[in-house]
Amino acid sequence: MVQSLDYLKETPSQTAGPYVHIGLAPGAAGFDIYRQELGHDIAGPNASGTRINISGTVTDGFGAPVKDVLIEVWQANAQGIYAGDGAVEEGFRGWGRVVPDFETGLFSFDTVKPGIVMGREGRPMAPHLNLWLIARGINIGLNTRMYFPDEVEANAVDPVLGLIEQPVRRETLIATADDAGYRFDIRLQGDRETVFLDV
Amino acid sequence: MTPDYKTSVSRSPNYPLLSLQSSDSEITGPTFGHGDIDPIDNDLLRNYAKTGDPIGERIIVHGRVLDENDRPVRNTLVEVWHANAGGRYRHKKDTYLAPIDPNFGGCGRTLTDDEGYYIFRTVKPGAYPWRNWVNNWRPAHIHFSVFGTAFAQRLITQMYFEGDPLIPHCPILKAIPDARAIERLIAPLDLNATIPLDSIAYKFDIVLRGQCSTFFENRPEGN
Repeated sequence: MVQSLDYLKETPSQTAGPYVHIGLAPGAAGFDIYRQELGHDIAGPNASGTRINISGTVTDGFGAPVKDVLIEVWQANAQGIYAGDGAVEEGFRGWGRVVPDFETGLFSFDTVKPGIVMGREGRPMAPHLNLWLIARGINIGLNTRMYFPDEVEANAVDPVLGLIEQPVRRETLIATADDAGYRFDIRLQGDRETVFLDV
Repeated sequence: MTPDYKTSVSRSPNYPLLSLQSSDSEITGPTFGHGDIDPIDNDLLRNYAKTGDPIGERIIVHGRVLDENDRPVRNTLVEVWHANAGGRYRHKKDTYLAPIDPNFGGCGRTLTDDEGYYIFRTVKPGAYPWRNWVNNWRPAHIHFSVFGTAFAQRLITQMYFEGDPLIPHCPILKAIPDARAIERLIAPLDLNATIPLDSIAYKFDIVLRGQCSTFFENRPEGN
């Protein structure tokens, strides 16, 4: 017998189920309980940088919108600093919760465009949003990133995009510009499946 | 993909996840303070009470949030939601024929203390049917959402109750291949923490991914 390594084991994940909104976005579930729901404001009014809107849908293996998804966003401020990791503007949280329209599955949220974040070994990471998706049918939350189409140079040297062996798959992480700002569609499965990350 | 849980079939990626070494993007995460929530938010017997107490078995659910190195995760946000005593959710999409309880909302939240400890008071949720196979029933469960200190620790899970005979039949639980891992989601009855003549208690400890300071890479002294 060798010695055992007595680490505790991570609590297993389970799906958030169809009624995740009750706990995390009760307003969307149709009732009002808390003084304030968390996650509505990613970047407060004091946040510097360019105000942007991001919209899109999450679709399943049939291309049908996943209307009961809940997305959490985690991002740096315009200077590339994460809240809690340095000085950020008062009211800049960098975190938010996004619930799509239950009828169409279209999500939309406002924030500021994040700056370049310093990555490992001093390699800069192109501006990006970290996204975490939970829903009925998803046993463990899916992590991905959204990059910007107008950051061609930074994207070209981004260490995470560079890890994706097939260049065609890198494109699944890059939003497209639209009238309101940026469009980012997430495909869980199948044709042009979005790259998901084991972080 | 876990085909017995049918919804997972079209909602699971076909390709493997891309493994990353952690960067600042993953090791940071949002923080919450007592200004974000109210003291009553962890008392589901009262936080939606309109005309009286909710109907059901009064329970306390408590425990600690730890990391894999057995260190408490302090001041982290724990959110819960669950059905009422009849298995009905207060959600506009839930059409189960069991009635809504006018005095029960079904969600709560709290911050762990310096020992990583949290506590909720609520009613024990009922089992409910769902459209998977034609006769599937979810065991009584409470959904948990926990943040930890890094976005990479973000966890959503479900807590079950010791002795529930529906547990071995549930396709969502059986999405976990390891029987010992399933056991870690089952909260034991905790007689020591019951309040006599008031509430039964269950204890549910939650373990998040460990966090070590980086060895060698940028801090020669390691931890």
